[in-house]
Amino acid sequence: MLAFLLRRVGQAILVMLTVGLIAFSLFRFVGDPVVYMGGQDATEAQRELWRRELGLDRPFFVQYWSFVKNAAHGEFGLSLRQVQPVSRLIADRLPATLELSFVAALLAVLAGIPMGIYTALRPRSWLSHALLAGSLAGVSLPTFLIGILLILVFSVTLGWLPSFGRGDVVQLGGWSTGFLTASGLKSLILPAITLGLFQMTLIQRLVRSEMLEVLRTDYIRFARARGLTDRAVHFRHALKNTLVPVITITGLQLGAIIAFAIITETVFQWPGMGLLFIQSVNFADVPVMAAYLCLVAAFFVLINLVVDLLYYAVDPRLRIETQ
Amino acid sequence: MTLEVKGLKVEFPSRRGTLTALDDVSFSIQRGEVLGVVGESGAGKSLTGLAIIGLLEPPGRIAAGEIWLEGRRIDNLPPEEMRRVRGRRIGVVFQDPLTSLNPLFTIGQQLEETILTHLPLGRAAARDRALSLLSEVGIPAPEARYDSYPHQFSGGMRQRVVIALAIAAEPVLLIADEPTTALDVSIQAQIIELLKRLARERGTAVMLITHDMGVIAETSQRVAVMYAGRVVEIGPVHEVIRAPLHPYTAGLMGSIPKIGIEKKRLVQIDGAMPRLNAIPPGCAFNPRCPKRFDRCLAERPDPLAVGARAAACWLHAAP
Repeated sequence: MLAFLLRRVGQAILVMLTVGLIAFSLFRFVGDPVVYMGGQDATEAQRELWRRELGLDRPFFVQYWSFVKNAAHGEFGLSLRQVQPVSRLIADRLPATLELSFVAALLAVLAGIPMGIYTALRPRSWLSHALLAGSLAGVSLPTFLIGILLILVFSVTLGWLPSFGRGDVVQLGGWSTGFLTASGLKSLILPAITLGLFQMTLIQRLVRSEMLEVLRTDYIRFARARGLTDRAVHFRHALKNTLVPVITITGLQLGAIIAFAIITETVFQWPGMGLLFIQSVNFADVPVMAAYLCLVAAFFVLINLVVDLLYYAVDPRLRIETQ
Repeated sequence: MTLEVKGLKVEFPSRRGTLTALDDVSFSIQRGEVLGVVGESGAGKSLTGLAIIGLLEPPGRIAAGEIWLEGRRIDNLPPEEMRRVRGRRIGVVFQDPLTSLNPLFTIGQQLEETILTHLPLGRAAARDRALSLLSEVGIPAPEARYDSYPHQFSGGMRQRVVIALAIAAEPVLLIADEPTTALDVSIQAQIIELLKRLARERGTAVMLITHDMGVIAETSQRVAVMYAGRVVEIGPVHEVIRAPLHPYTAGLMGSIPKIGIEKKRLVQIDGAMPRLNAIPPGCAFNPRCPKRFDRCLAERPDPLAVGARAAACWLHAAP
């Protein structure tokens, strides 16, 4: 178990170093930050001076190494646009993105799994047909379109829910939360639906197909032949086996929710990391972009690790024999 | 009589007409008796078993006939009552022990769950019962293996666990569908011995479905030979083996290799069993039968009693 963990952590570090390298080298070609800083009137001598002051004249790998060293301490330098530490900028924006992603993921899992189970167990009912048809729309409509449609219906036409922003937030230490105010919660609804809808329908369809597969297996037939109740057959035997592959995909989707929050945040002007990233791209704000990429990669790596451990907890065949 | 099947007919309705998969299947099994059911793949052996336990896959349905278990008719029970019969009154063992057990639960959990479903016992009593079942089916050191998962057992051991699950609530009938087909020959003999012992010691009636005449000869008192969804011959196993009445049975016996008897080549039955939608008129076996005559092509024979036996063949009809 410990060896397994250590190996996974080692792999995780390797992945992070690689992502860091890609982020760092890719962003060198986005544009020359010195040009943006000085504007068109700066002389070449001034630009050289800035380059030397910022350490941009050092060899590539020296720069990369200092980037990694600082990143390991959570330090990504100064934002070129806002002249503030990147870590502060990100820390300000992180709670908004995490809260949005959390609610969206919760929605996706809590609605997607029961819907998947229902459509697998009652394939002929009209509700199953309706859910499947609806899921097709959820999988195929692009996120920004769903967001705009929701705004049109619930904000513009009905006027029930706000169309942008987080509403009022409460500061808890360094964390700003929208969970504690009515306007904060109301503001969460539309973005969370927009962000989670794709994952919800994906999970629904995945659970359905996995469950249909499992229901055809010999051990389910044998469970029925033993006279177990439908409840035990469906929710004990079939569901547990269904969840093994579902856990993996769902885990990866949680990472995707955080990463793809960019679009939803843009549509709803949600003050999260995604919006910060988009704004930074427009300004070639390299340190912010690099930090964002590394952070998203870190989330993915962390989620994968948790998924592996969960897998290990659910499926005894993966456990190493200890006897 | 533990089990009586009378005139069982199973149909699969489809858009292109109804397929009759089993037709006029009748047999009975006594307490403590092992009835072998033999036939080619697709003859309807497993389907008969599934029809008895009420687990026909839709749209399959029992179209005619009756199934009686210890004097109680069970083919028309509501689903919930039939569920209580399965596992409690009828135990089932399927062919592949590698896939019959749920890989995510320990064998202890699966046993306890089955026992608690059918018997009014507490958890501790259920565990005791599960342990004694495991030792009865020949699992060494059941205490130590109780919390093991199926993948930690060999194929033969898993089939023993499956049998323990099937007899957990002391059913009066055990349906064993090809219980040894997926196992090594040496393990096969042990499983066969176990089934025989269950019939002898517990008085369980056993319906042993197999395509292996050797297994039947070793275990069964009587044998039913199935062909294209019908029982073509039924009778005491030694009589059937020594002097088969139906040409199909004779063909089956001739195709078993025997040690010590030198034969130039094995007898084989030419052709293949007809598909369900292309069963010929008259006797279903007539296209492959070496002894067919006019009547076989026109009329379908019903099983005719010949001593302790019955055979569905015009050769044995009174002239």
